[in-house]
Amino acid sequence: MSTLREIRTPVEPTPGRRADKPRFTRKQINTAIWFVVLMAFTAIVLYPLLWLLMSTFKDNSEFGQNQGLVPNDPTLDNYVKVFEGIAGVPMWRFFTNSAIIAIAATFGTLLSSSMAAYAFARIRFRGVGIFFAAMIGTLLLPFHVVIIPQYIMFNNLGMIDTYWPLILPKFLATEAFFVFLMVQFMRGIPREMDEAARVDGAGHVRTFTSIMLPLIQPALVTSAIFSFIWTWNDFLAPLMYITSPEKYPLPIALRLYNDQTSTSDYGATVTASFIALIPILLFFLVFQRFLVAGVATQGLKG
Amino acid sequence: MTSTVPRAAEATESRGGDNAPATRSPRHETQRSRHWRENLAGYGFLTPWLVGFFGLTLIPMVYSLYLSFTSYNIFSPPEWIGFDNYIRMFEDPVYLNSVKITAIYVLVGVPIKLAAALGVAMLLNYRDRGAGFFRSSFYAPSLIGASVSVAIVWRAMFSTDGPVDDTLSFFGLEIGGWVGNVALVLPMMILLAVWQFGAPMVIFLAGLKQVPRELYEAADMDGAGPIRKFKSITLPMLSAVVFFNLLLEIIGAFQVFSSAYIISNGSGGPAGMTNFYTVYLYKRAFTDGQMGYASAMAWALVIVVAILAFVLFRTSKMWVHYQGDSK
Repeated sequence: MSTLREIRTPVEPTPGRRADKPRFTRKQINTAIWFVVLMAFTAIVLYPLLWLLMSTFKDNSEFGQNQGLVPNDPTLDNYVKVFEGIAGVPMWRFFTNSAIIAIAATFGTLLSSSMAAYAFARIRFRGVGIFFAAMIGTLLLPFHVVIIPQYIMFNNLGMIDTYWPLILPKFLATEAFFVFLMVQFMRGIPREMDEAARVDGAGHVRTFTSIMLPLIQPALVTSAIFSFIWTWNDFLAPLMYITSPEKYPLPIALRLYNDQTSTSDYGATVTASFIALIPILLFFLVFQRFLVAGVATQGLKG
Repeated sequence: MTSTVPRAAEATESRGGDNAPATRSPRHETQRSRHWRENLAGYGFLTPWLVGFFGLTLIPMVYSLYLSFTSYNIFSPPEWIGFDNYIRMFEDPVYLNSVKITAIYVLVGVPIKLAAALGVAMLLNYRDRGAGFFRSSFYAPSLIGASVSVAIVWRAMFSTDGPVDDTLSFFGLEIGGWVGNVALVLPMMILLAVWQFGAPMVIFLAGLKQVPRELYEAADMDGAGPIRKFKSITLPMLSAVVFFNLLLEIIGAFQVFSSAYIISNGSGGPAGMTNFYTVYLYKRAFTDGQMGYASAMAWALVIVVAILAFVLFRTSKMWVHYQGDSK
């Protein structure tokens, strides 16, 4: 390949026609093909999202008729309808519910996971090896094996139809992925940094709060974004625990649209689905480099 | 030796060391108090995780194992029935069907998804310009793929007269909607999984960046073609990443729930073709109140996943090459 190019390029600027402007090299042509192929692929991959966005502007009568991207008669009626809410609950309420759960869960995850990670990465105490192995084991455990006993437990504690079953586990570092991510990050930080602090007389608590936490900021940001998005999207836990519509987070509220109005009010269903995605898409646009880097280095799943 | 070293250790590692009585061995004292302090700090920092691990994982797992040998509906106390739940699974056609479609979903979906991820990663690795944009675009579906919104979109796109049906009809393929079609609904679910190839792709891409360019240059000199280079350089160099992706994707695929639940409105239909393992488990536990039977199903899943992970780890020695031990 390279030899071919070397032979051809000096031949290219033949005097006569366009001597000043050489024709495309083999490499440029390859790059152009590469670019076109990937653009086509991007269009296919992102089409469902674009279709969703454009469909929110379609009138109800267009569904089943006009499956293209462009609405025949663009309208904001769907948004007006969705903001009025469903089952007597306004949309902003579902949105707020989701935000409360996601923010509390993210805070709990960051706090408990960073503490556990510090213990695993930096403190040599009896039993650290066994517990670390147990933590790795829970990474691979199908969590469906614990949902029934957990449901029974939260039921006995009288916590059904409250946010406790959704938030409390996050304060107990049950998502091993984040513990693992932070342990890996802390192991990459030179020990001298925190040992210096310890020599100066700082205890573990001081070392953790004033040395370690600032140093693992990138891991904290990545964890925060993923934790927020996963909680925001979570469907199973609220499906099990939340029973009154005014407490529904968005995914369960969407089900309300999907079940009750899918035949009659397609526009509202699609629009509510899009609104539920907006915070995630915004997060993605702002933090995409963080997210992709997080996946690349830690193998986090989306 | 006993006089100088302990003094240093005492001064640096124990704040109370200066007042330690000189009559007892100071080294022993500080060592012990240091160990004690480390243990205290360790368990202190680990307390939230420990409470979660025991209270929300280990004890529930043991309890679930106990429940799997009982008949239990949450209202009356569990009644011991031995292995009946496990025997019942093998006689329950709905269960066996859910095992079958979940197995097809995993066996067909995971390889296609990983092949797409590797293919696109190699394509992205070919040139640098604009690769960041493509990488982010392809990753986006992984982030939202499990959401209810996407399940609703997917159902709309593959329904009768939806965009997919319209497009295929345009090319003369009049197959109608995929959602209600017994033969097409599982392929549709697999497509939804494959659409989320971005997460493994990003991991493959990170792996591809680690492959030394000299290997390909040397292969070029030897006149190796692209297929030979892929088989002899790319795949072996990526084998650790392939293993990692394979393990995570298989475990993830076994647990597919919300998209199937939403697309079938919780029914697992048509004809049980979206009645994936966890969907059926959920229905048995929370719709029918058969917590004992559902616990047995959950434990069967844990055992299958554990066996698969074990087999993967064991066989990985034959095909996974870690950098450094290849020579």
